[in-house]
Amino acid sequence: MRSRVFAAAVVAVALGPAEAGRAQTPSPELLMQKIDENQAAGTKIQVWEMTIRGRRGNRTVKAKSWVQGVDRAFTEYLDPPREAGTKMLKLGGQLWTYAPSSDRTIQIAGHMLRQSVMGSDMSYEDLMEDPKLERLYTAKVTGEASMLERPCWILELTARAGMDPAYHSRKLWVDKERFLVLKEERYATSGKLLKTSEVTKMTQMSKRWVAEHAVFRDALKGDGGTEFVVASVEFDPKIADSVFSQASLRK
Amino acid sequence: MIRFLIKGLLRDRTRSLFPFLTVLTGVTLTVGLEAYLSGILGSMDQSAANFSTGHLKVMSRAYAKEADQSPNELAYTGVTTLVAELREQAPSLIWTPRIRFGGLLDVPDESGNTKTQAPVIGMGIGLLDAGSADRRLLKLDASLVRGRLPAARGEILLSDDLARYLEIEPGAKATLIGSTMYGGMATANFTVAGTVRLGIRALDRGTMIADVADVQAALDMEDSAGEVLGLFPDGLYRIEAAASIAQTFNARHRASEDDEFAAVMMTMRDQPGAAELSDYIGAVYGGIFAAFVGVMSIVLWNSGLVGNLRRYGEIGLRLAFGEAHGHLYRMMLAESLAIGFAGSVVGTLLGLIPAYWLQSRGLDISGMLPNTSMMMENVIRAQISPTTFVIGFVPGLLATAIGTAISGMGIYKRQTASLMRELEA
Repeated sequence: MRSRVFAAAVVAVALGPAEAGRAQTPSPELLMQKIDENQAAGTKIQVWEMTIRGRRGNRTVKAKSWVQGVDRAFTEYLDPPREAGTKMLKLGGQLWTYAPSSDRTIQIAGHMLRQSVMGSDMSYEDLMEDPKLERLYTAKVTGEASMLERPCWILELTARAGMDPAYHSRKLWVDKERFLVLKEERYATSGKLLKTSEVTKMTQMSKRWVAEHAVFRDALKGDGGTEFVVASVEFDPKIADSVFSQASLRK
Repeated sequence: MIRFLIKGLLRDRTRSLFPFLTVLTGVTLTVGLEAYLSGILGSMDQSAANFSTGHLKVMSRAYAKEADQSPNELAYTGVTTLVAELREQAPSLIWTPRIRFGGLLDVPDESGNTKTQAPVIGMGIGLLDAGSADRRLLKLDASLVRGRLPAARGEILLSDDLARYLEIEPGAKATLIGSTMYGGMATANFTVAGTVRLGIRALDRGTMIADVADVQAALDMEDSAGEVLGLFPDGLYRIEAAASIAQTFNARHRASEDDEFAAVMMTMRDQPGAAELSDYIGAVYGGIFAAFVGVMSIVLWNSGLVGNLRRYGEIGLRLAFGEAHGHLYRMMLAESLAIGFAGSVVGTLLGLIPAYWLQSRGLDISGMLPNTSMMMENVIRAQISPTTFVIGFVPGLLATAIGTAISGMGIYKRQTASLMRELEA
């Protein structure tokens, strides 16, 4: 239920050196394939926090997520008390939220998708976008750079004709060895920068590389952005199918 | 002498009837138009003040910069203390916290799933107290269409059009889906107590009215409000008094200028766009009215000219009989003033009849405003003011007199020696 960078980073698998690190520039299709593979890896249960840096000060929200691949995710908010018990369910292209205060399950659709998730810099639309980059974008590798002292490929994506993703174009800094997206800029059709994200700390958990700390920023809001911190993550646990059902929202 | 002149006017209708009817018609139209335009302007100002701008408005500095978007994330916190301070500083005004918000109103079916849904414009006002100023300012009692006014927490009013669109009756449950003050999603359940028709097209399309305390709870706005409106109790906007109150308040809060969440007070005219819109509308209507009065004056002036030209022979005869030029000129002026006065009095009375009807009954123009966003009532009413009683005398009395004064100048050009020759011709 997080941004591409965040989701990609959290579920990232250390793929080993593979082709990375070689002087030869990989094909953009291969890079996108590797990024997509990172996100699609198995199941996980994680506890995470996001600190929203707004004009009124900081606010931290804590949640626990059960994730299966890229299509199924269930999140329960744990803190602050006002948000505790709020749940979100993503099943394919559909998203529901349950608020204990109103005891209603609401499907998030239409213009509500543009609303902020818990006041963060991320919208529901960011969560719902088809995670398969290859399906949405054409790409080209435009250069190399260093992020977090890691060598990266710079990958520029442009929406495929006939596709209408939330962002017309993107610029990604992709770790050459781990295929984690360490930095990303998302642009509108006009070329205006809309969102940025940057991984500021990576760590290895259960032999997988995880973005432990990332900052997501809505460029139009102009505030301090939203920090994501992974408190704990368990890879490949067994998650009952019933978790990913509307019934579990009211439990 | 005046009695003699009036007798002459009444007995010789060719001298008086046509000018009298002309003056009467012009004055009737002038009076009617003045009352109509005053009504429209007054109604727009009052609606804007009661629903949106107040005569004074207190907001946080940050909110004030984007007030047209109702950015509740920038709302003022500490409203209870602020309102107490305002009531102490200017006790004669009504001070009322308001929250404007947007969202979706979701109506559930028996199993709790969405049955119908519609976007709403929300207003958090002082709703529950039967003697609340907001109920009176928004004329809620008179606007009620179905159900009743809210009497308990969690009860709301919906615009009747919205309730019909959502297919709900009073007593139905609905969930507001909006944004908290911190930007997160907010959901809160309400019971629809009644439906209203506010008489303002922009609001009647989809308005939800809730008590400000309920909105604060729903949108996580504890002791916060987007705006605190200040209104003069009689509804009249006193520009200088309002400016003085705002100046005093802002001077007190100057120390916290660096704090974007500190309070700032704006008069109705200071609010973005309000002065420009008011001035623009005032200028347009003022222009229309001035042009109309101008045209009427020319018509009546011309009537005076024509009347005197028709009396060319009579004037010559009177001069031939030895009446002094100055005396004749003054008599004609007096006659025109008498006709103008009579026409103005009767015209004013006739003009007041449709104006009074339009003031008490009103004219529904909602069909002409299908998509307007202006704070303008659907039923326009005339407003009879002291000006209405005197405005007709401007064209009625002055223009007729000026017309006569100019045409009467010809009297002095008539040569006594040639009068008989002119008369024979």
